[in-house]
Amino acid sequence: MTRARELTAVRTDVAGPGDDAARPRLVVIGNGMAPGRALEKLIEAAPEAYDITIFNAEPRVNYDRIMLSPVLSGEKTFEEIIIHGDGWYVKHGVTLYKGHKVVAIDRARKTVTSAHGVTVGYDKLLIATGSVPVVLPIPGHTLAGVLTYRDLDDVEAMLLAAKSRGRAVVIGGGLLGLEAAVGLKEQGMDVTVVHLMPTLMERQLDQPAGHLLQQAIEARGITVLTKANTKAILGGKKVEAVELADGTRLPAELVVMAVGIRPNAELAKAAGLQVKRGIVVAPTMHTSDPEILAVGECVEIDGQVFGLVAPLYEMAGVVAAQLLGQSEAKFAPTAVATKLKVTGINLFSAGDFADGKDRDEIVLRDARRGIYKRLVLKDNRLLGIVLYGDTADSAWFFDLLRKGTDITEMRDTLIFGPSFAGEGARDPLAAVAALPDEAEICGCNGICKGRIIAAITSQGLQSLDDVRAHTKASGSCGSCTGLVEQLLRMTLGDAYNPAAVQPMCGCTHLGHDDVRRLIVAKALKCIPAVMQALEWKTSCGCAKCRPALNYYLLASWPGEYEDDSQSRFINERVHANIQKDGTYSVVPRMWGGLTSAKELRAIADVVDKFKIPTVKVTGGQRIDLLGVKKEDLPAVWADLNAAGMISGAAYGKALRTVKTCVGSEWCRFGTQDSTGLGVKIEKFMWGSWTPAKVKMAVSGCPRNCAEATCKDVGVVCVESGFDIHFAGAAGLDVKQTELLGHVATEDEAVEVIAALVQLYREQGRYLERIYKWARRVGVDVIRAQVFDDKDRRRKLYERFVYSQKFSQVDPWAERVAGKDLHEFRPLVEMPRLEAAE
Amino acid sequence: MTSEWLDVGALEDVPRRGARVVRTKEGCIAVFRTADDRIFALNDRCPHKGGPLSQGIVHGTAVTCPLHNWVISLETGAALGADQGEVRKYAMRVEGGRLLLDVSQLRHAHAEVA
Repeated sequence: MTRARELTAVRTDVAGPGDDAARPRLVVIGNGMAPGRALEKLIEAAPEAYDITIFNAEPRVNYDRIMLSPVLSGEKTFEEIIIHGDGWYVKHGVTLYKGHKVVAIDRARKTVTSAHGVTVGYDKLLIATGSVPVVLPIPGHTLAGVLTYRDLDDVEAMLLAAKSRGRAVVIGGGLLGLEAAVGLKEQGMDVTVVHLMPTLMERQLDQPAGHLLQQAIEARGITVLTKANTKAILGGKKVEAVELADGTRLPAELVVMAVGIRPNAELAKAAGLQVKRGIVVAPTMHTSDPEILAVGECVEIDGQVFGLVAPLYEMAGVVAAQLLGQSEAKFAPTAVATKLKVTGINLFSAGDFADGKDRDEIVLRDARRGIYKRLVLKDNRLLGIVLYGDTADSAWFFDLLRKGTDITEMRDTLIFGPSFAGEGARDPLAAVAALPDEAEICGCNGICKGRIIAAITSQGLQSLDDVRAHTKASGSCGSCTGLVEQLLRMTLGDAYNPAAVQPMCGCTHLGHDDVRRLIVAKALKCIPAVMQALEWKTSCGCAKCRPALNYYLLASWPGEYEDDSQSRFINERVHANIQKDGTYSVVPRMWGGLTSAKELRAIADVVDKFKIPTVKVTGGQRIDLLGVKKEDLPAVWADLNAAGMISGAAYGKALRTVKTCVGSEWCRFGTQDSTGLGVKIEKFMWGSWTPAKVKMAVSGCPRNCAEATCKDVGVVCVESGFDIHFAGAAGLDVKQTELLGHVATEDEAVEVIAALVQLYREQGRYLERIYKWARRVGVDVIRAQVFDDKDRRRKLYERFVYSQKFSQVDPWAERVAGKDLHEFRPLVEMPRLEAAE
Repeated sequence: MTSEWLDVGALEDVPRRGARVVRTKEGCIAVFRTADDRIFALNDRCPHKGGPLSQGIVHGTAVTCPLHNWVISLETGAALGADQGEVRKYAMRVEGGRLLLDVSQLRHAHAEVA
């Protein structure tokens, strides 16, 4: 399969001239998780040690390959699994050639050459070419519609194929095959898994657990055929069916081969390096050439090859240490554990659990609850663990296994886990409390319990996201999330309040973030569809969830979703603010706080004509007309429209005002045209719906007369350009803004602000103001996405611009023209009735 | 008291999960239509602070007052949840797509006021 490759090189010269020559050159072939981690460790320890160049055959940045399955099932987006965005490479002065496959290594001249003809010299070379999926050489394996499961291109091809809602056959019932099968099923395909062996995941699970897993997979509507040998793939140009050795034909429009991976060592072999199954490396990660190291799935150590992330990350640590001259650093493979990333299926296995004469086993079965636990022992030490259905004690067992602890004393109750190993009561936190400090919690990143607790206490961490940001624990595959949450609960006590489990309202058990994610993942496009698919507990929601759902749908499907006015709060339904006596207030937009004699005259006339009792200047530099009768609203608007005024959205979870000072046009201190920029921003952004109201301001100099530093978004002009601030508040909470960054031009300022607001529109929970969103997500995380990463910023900006195409319609003018007339008229006026006798 | 049905409009004049008002000299009556086309009528004044219930969000067989989020049962007129209070309910029926309000209750209400 040939795919167009994007040819991009990111290059920033942070080092001054001459520095590059002084620094040794490190060239990395491959940009997967292992080299990514090696570089991270290297740069963390010695940022200036090497002049680094990366060649990546994939046209993109480093992402978390383990999380491709959640992308396939729709639970995550590609952006969410990026490890290093473009900004990372720029920040660290790393040159990244995206879409450049290296075709030759010249060891004599110490250069590498890419398919596009770029040749770069190296002092040290790191090969990280990863693995390639095994393709069964059966007839028909080259037909269109036959895919492997390895990278984002494969996932995108599968998602495209899944749009047909047709039939898929997954060949291979291992970890990847099952994750692919469940993902395709989630995408609406009719899926059959064909597996050669008698039970699923036979390399990680024993037979009983394999059967339980098969039942769970089948319960999701996936057909599983074991002991099934694929003979051929049939079809003309495109795949039409899979034929098994017993003659069975399975019709299919998509075939996914997930039968294993093998090290990708071709390039190393061609360069004359020692290669067996993989590139042969010493425990120091050096290949047969002392200037060349290798890391990841492409290597072979002691006859062993590796496919799980934990040992790859350990190798990465060794590579970084070796590159820094720590020659004693060596890789020693340890037992690794396997987990399946399928929501709702809990399984864990580690070590060696084959039967043997010198081995004992302890087994617990609870068929009705679908629980199976098997511990394999040798000489009173744990050798293998298989847990299915209940994996709560996996970390404790795994710790015993890795340490080779003698379990004689606790053998009687061992299978029941740590809460029975001592006298401890059956406390839900007992299992995690019983773990020693050095017990590994996050296998992917090698983070132990003590380090997580230390981070929680010393840095005042409050949430799962905090722990992920500070320690990386549970940030890769996420399967230790439960343990990390227990550690938070144990350490913080009642102060720990996991926001994730806070349901949106009484109508659902799902939180805001889950609902949003599932709206996109399941392509739900109206409120009844959301309530049906997400099993709402009430027939038509409540006054809390309906406005939230309406907003999420509007933000997720611009141009497609039809606004449900009955799910809007009255103010947004009738585009005015209800007052305590049932009358309304009307606030026309005054761009950047500017008005004119014509507008003021029209406002005065409207006040007289409709006998509006109160006229007041607002805090956002506009005029508020209070006490308007509901049935007068359309006529009031018609008169204001006639003078060129539109709705100020003073009632909306939307862009409110852009407050300005007079700036360089009048003020002797003004550095830029703050009024002009405010008007420009307001004209560009009005009409957009947001999770909560958005107030902005632009000040013309740091004296800050427009009070920009307590707004949701504020700009402070300076001689050299514009400081963009955000996440301020001056209401229930008073909070100064955070500096997002400095830009030189107005256009750049507008782009950054639009990107920021768009990210907020996509991530903010309904009614969550920007400062609360920033507190939850992290100011740095937001800055990285809307400021540092220019690609990401541009994409956010473009999504904002697209959604604005549908939102910049004046709601007042629409209603003047007759929309929603029923809102403004009584059903009927009744004559006075005679009182009853 | 004998019922006295008055035609106040068509079913489709009231939006689903919405309300309209019947304006009388003595105040408004809110006419609600649920998602499954059931019709209810309540005095358009929240028992809390007199908020116009007709402007609230209708969900299930309840309406949430737009002023302070009291939830009022359309079936009984009583405040739900922790709040205490009740609003007058009026009998209504739908016949051939027309909304019929029992105005004998109105006369009775007037008599009470008088």
